[in-house]
Amino acid sequence: MAEGQKADGVASIAMATDEDNQVVNPWEVSAKDGGKIDYDKLIEKFGCQRLDQSLVNRVERLTSRPAHVFLRRGVFFAHRDLNEILDVYERGQKFYLYTGRGPSSEALHLGHLVPFMFTKYLQDAFKVPLVIQLTDDEKCMWKNLSVEESRRLARENAKDIIACGFDISRTFIFSDFDYVGGAFYQNMVRVAKCVTFNKVVGIFGFTHEDNIGKISFPPVQAVPSFPSSFPHLFAGNDNLRCLIPCAIDQDPYFRMTRDVAPRIGYQKPALIESSFFPALQGETGKMSASDPNSAIYVTDTPKVIKNKVNRYAFSGGQDSIENHRKYGANLEVDIPVKYLGFFLEDDEELEHIKKEYGAGRLLTGEVKKRLIEVLSEIVERHQKARASVTDEMVDAFMAVRPLPHMFS
Amino acid sequence: MGYTKTQLLAHLKELQIDFATYEHPVVLTVEAQAKYVGHLRGSLSKNLLLKDKKHRYYVISALAGTNVDLKVMSQRLGLGKGGLRMAPEEALQEILQVPLGCVTPLALINESARAVSLLLDKAFKAQECCFFHPLSNDTTISLSASNLDKFLMSIGRNPSYIDLEAETVVGKDNPPDLAAFVPVDVPQPSEQTIKAAVNVREQKHAPLEKKLTNVQDNNQSRGSQKAMEKPCRTADLLAEATDVNKFIKELIEKTSLAVLSEMSKDSKAEGREPLESAVLDRVNKRISSDLENLAMILKNAAYTQGLQAGIRSPSPRR
Repeated sequence: MAEGQKADGVASIAMATDEDNQVVNPWEVSAKDGGKIDYDKLIEKFGCQRLDQSLVNRVERLTSRPAHVFLRRGVFFAHRDLNEILDVYERGQKFYLYTGRGPSSEALHLGHLVPFMFTKYLQDAFKVPLVIQLTDDEKCMWKNLSVEESRRLARENAKDIIACGFDISRTFIFSDFDYVGGAFYQNMVRVAKCVTFNKVVGIFGFTHEDNIGKISFPPVQAVPSFPSSFPHLFAGNDNLRCLIPCAIDQDPYFRMTRDVAPRIGYQKPALIESSFFPALQGETGKMSASDPNSAIYVTDTPKVIKNKVNRYAFSGGQDSIENHRKYGANLEVDIPVKYLGFFLEDDEELEHIKKEYGAGRLLTGEVKKRLIEVLSEIVERHQKARASVTDEMVDAFMAVRPLPHMFS
Repeated sequence: MGYTKTQLLAHLKELQIDFATYEHPVVLTVEAQAKYVGHLRGSLSKNLLLKDKKHRYYVISALAGTNVDLKVMSQRLGLGKGGLRMAPEEALQEILQVPLGCVTPLALINESARAVSLLLDKAFKAQECCFFHPLSNDTTISLSASNLDKFLMSIGRNPSYIDLEAETVVGKDNPPDLAAFVPVDVPQPSEQTIKAAVNVREQKHAPLEKKLTNVQDNNQSRGSQKAMEKPCRTADLLAEATDVNKFIKELIEKTSLAVLSEMSKDSKAEGREPLESAVLDRVNKRISSDLENLAMILKNAAYTQGLQAGIRSPSPRR
């Protein structure tokens, strides 16, 4: 998944730069005038659907278990064709999941884990297989890394991904440098034939100065949505539907894919999209790997987490205790409460905190304390799991092997 | 154990399917059935259980008046000339679990009929409703085509209607148009993926899959439906045994029961209040996701060991 290239002022509907100066594309996310991202406008602009409560209830019913925290709290808030996937599932036919990561750095933060945590839940709840793409080729090109370095990062990131708890009997992880070829490449060419240079300029903002590697990259991220790209997994199952959990800034790739799919006789992939995980310092954009204090990293110790939350987490509380007791906290901009919205499982406790904090009866320090507890637990659990991931386990997840029980 | 008529009718009611029921003395042929229901609203159906040379079964369900030419059907299915025969009586009991004279698409509700291919007469759609036996010859129910579809979808079947009377000539330039209806053997997916796999075989799964394909090959010739079920059962057992969620639920349940019973014994002996199960419920809630994560780590590590053991050469890359 690409990030980092500035769009050189190429104005186009598909680039989601609207008059209000909100920019959302795979490389840049920023809100108007340093404010909040307007998700309603985004949904309208991109043309996807809101994920409403009735769909969440339907998911609960079909999977016979409570919906994931991210669904309940509206973190995953938009979709394309999710109802079709649920129809297919209800009829007893299955689907598969596809997600991925651009391995640009060794340090992963909690925002990076969000789509993976949600994908793990989808895998367990629906009992379906998953392919995870590591776009090491993309990072090699965009971040100007050497081939060797990007492959190394891909393997390191794979360990953190595995630590999220994916089921090896249902999961195939692959790096582009290792896997592109054969049926996968055949599909890439099929897709590439259907997209003109003008189109990718419009969608991704490429220019005549960009190297040809970048310009021809989009099909690589598109074709894992087609089951025929994985003959060792889905041979003969050409009609298998695909569901892609991702952050909403990846939408352009899959808009392109959905446009091409029917022209080459394939099913369109469905999407389920999340909002951005806010940076510690506030809602103005997404977390940045370059500023260590903007995020909680999976390698942070409890002490570091405590320090980061106490010092950098943007508070919506008032400037003095008297004012706070009088006016209450501004829940709209308060980061600790937002983070708790992501990670505190207990709906009742969250409601209680919001109520008390909003009324001024609970202080910022107390909310932060609870957040530190929750985050430390998650990070510790991740670190333990990460410690048991060996190179052999990475090899096993990445081995091109059949998965005979992937639908059981 | 096959479904009984009562169970089938209850299933239809659950799906909120409208149907009318008519009881009559046992009938073995359409002519005999016509005597009792021919005057009622609805069209009679004729139902054939057929078998091909590779012991695959087909149910053709058509309007009584539709002409079904087995020679033509055989070619359209890609079975050559004379590839389709009427199935022997034993197959009725074994596969559809219905008595003689009672072939009906409703019998596909039985597990034993899982691999049977169903061909429906498109003329059904033009009728208001049609008569079928509900697993028993002493009753007839009338169902509309759309309700039949509802029933079929509820048992995981995709209903498709064909022009049974079409005089398609199958030849070099005309491939068999009904080839898609030839049943795919149930454990086939694993066979296909073995063939399609590129380098690595998992030792844990390889011997099991060899067993599956051997059992299937040996018993194919006997056409015994019992043998076909065995491979699926072993595969299902394995899937159940590696289900992390199920495993942890069981673990927690057993622990809770043991703790509760010990604590109540303990508190009875010392005259204290027994531990409330609500406390245990809260504990369970807290630890179940942690336990699930640990179990997943174990599962992944064990699979890796198996895979490593099965790899003939060390990692091919680098």
